[in-house]
Amino acid sequence: MNDRNRSGMNWLGSLAVLCVLIALWWMASNAGWVSRVFLPTPQATFASLLEGLNLSGPNGNNGNGELLAFTQATVGRMVQGWLLASLFGVVLGAAIGVSPAVRAWVQPTLEFIRPLPASALLPLAISIFGLNPGMVLFVVAFGAMWPVLLATVHGFAAVEPRLSEVARCLQMSRAAYIWKMGLPNAMPDILAGMRLALTIALIVAVVGEMIASQSGLGQAILLAARAFRASDLFAGIVLLGLIGFVSNALQAFAEKRLLRWQQP
Amino acid sequence: MTEGRIFRWLRPWVFPALLVGAFEWYARRAAALGSDALAPPSAAAKAFVGAALDGSLWQATGFTLGTAALGLLIGAVLGIALGLVLGLSRRAAQLGSLSIEVLRPVPSVALIPLAMLTFGFGVRMELAIVAFATFWPLLVLVQSAVQQIEPRLLEVSRVLGLSARERAFKIVLPAIVPRLFVALRLGVAVALVVAVTVEIAANPNGMGYAMMIAQQSFDPALMLAWLGWIGVVGFAVNVSMVQLQRMVARRMGALS
Repeated sequence: MNDRNRSGMNWLGSLAVLCVLIALWWMASNAGWVSRVFLPTPQATFASLLEGLNLSGPNGNNGNGELLAFTQATVGRMVQGWLLASLFGVVLGAAIGVSPAVRAWVQPTLEFIRPLPASALLPLAISIFGLNPGMVLFVVAFGAMWPVLLATVHGFAAVEPRLSEVARCLQMSRAAYIWKMGLPNAMPDILAGMRLALTIALIVAVVGEMIASQSGLGQAILLAARAFRASDLFAGIVLLGLIGFVSNALQAFAEKRLLRWQQP
Repeated sequence: MTEGRIFRWLRPWVFPALLVGAFEWYARRAAALGSDALAPPSAAAKAFVGAALDGSLWQATGFTLGTAALGLLIGAVLGIALGLVLGLSRRAAQLGSLSIEVLRPVPSVALIPLAMLTFGFGVRMELAIVAFATFWPLLVLVQSAVQQIEPRLLEVSRVLGLSARERAFKIVLPAIVPRLFVALRLGVAVALVVAVTVEIAANPNGMGYAMMIAQQSFDPALMLAWLGWIGVVGFAVNVSMVQLQRMVARRMGALS
């Protein structure tokens, strides 16, 4: 009881700190310490959010509702790209990782491409595919694929040698080996890679929308900044932060459940 | 024996050579069919030499690397300072946890328009975004590094009656150096990626912008040259950071 009380107090305390930060924001913008051109007041940001999400007004229909559509577009792009990235990352990673020979030939190239910023592929993708939603989705998936791919290769390379010997003794087929030994062994690595991939997918989706003018939150906040609509800009940033927060929390929850067998 | 060594030395290059060869063939075929969106790697190599000779290559590379380094410096100093405080005081860590959980997931690129509005184009907007992006990983990693310090070291510092400043500089910082370099290596990678991304999306300077403008002015050879160069620079920076981190870990007597 005492413990629960204490953690409740801690939670209240950290909530209070967050409230203090928001109060500082409120004071800084309302008292004009920082020009409102750059820093809108919290209440203006909140009003922009409500209007954009169609929540203002008594019958909930007064807003323009465009933020809702933008959020859906960005989340859709991010999730689709992430799923594609996870699928291709695991499949390619298993194909490369299962054979030490292929690993030796291909891995140096993968290590070379890894530090390349995913957004640097946007100009190339624009030249090949043109400015369309498929192009952005391709770059999102391609950029988010690397952490998953490399984690899968690493997970396969780190299989305990005795397990591989057992598989050989049991004359397991390659497919059975991948399914029964490789993938379960690589699972913690793959999940960590997928978590990183989710962050990258959101970032690349936003950058792609900014550059390729695809409708979404990325384009919305860029246009808001160009038109000096600071409260709309902040509303977009708040929504992007929320997307990042929720996706991280969901992934952490899924990881905990999927890796339950690891805990003693 | 020597043959085996040559073979092992050549092996990493075979796969990229095949890729480049395939791309060369594909781009030449596309050019023959009348497309000017792509260029073969041989033309990109020629464009690269041209950019290197007229100096635009070095100017843009210097801008990107310099801004990334300065932004990392700002983000790292702030992140390390706050990480030390949160790592040393459990109470501070608990009080700040919710605010950090709320602010950290904001994607750094979401701040590009805000930085554009506040600072205009140029060095300052890029610095602000790189600093924001590198602040969080350093904060988190330094905090966990401090929390994993041998408790006896902290007890010793208390027995000796060291002030908080002395404790931070004489006990805590030296104790976390190996982990700090792991965090800095990550920070360097993040800084470079974010700097190039900001240049591609908005800031009219540096390597990212040079690539973007090459694409927009239908110069695919130059665009590919920049893409390859960005890859080489990123790879070289990362490899040298890994070497540095290993060297520090060896010097500090820790296992890498």
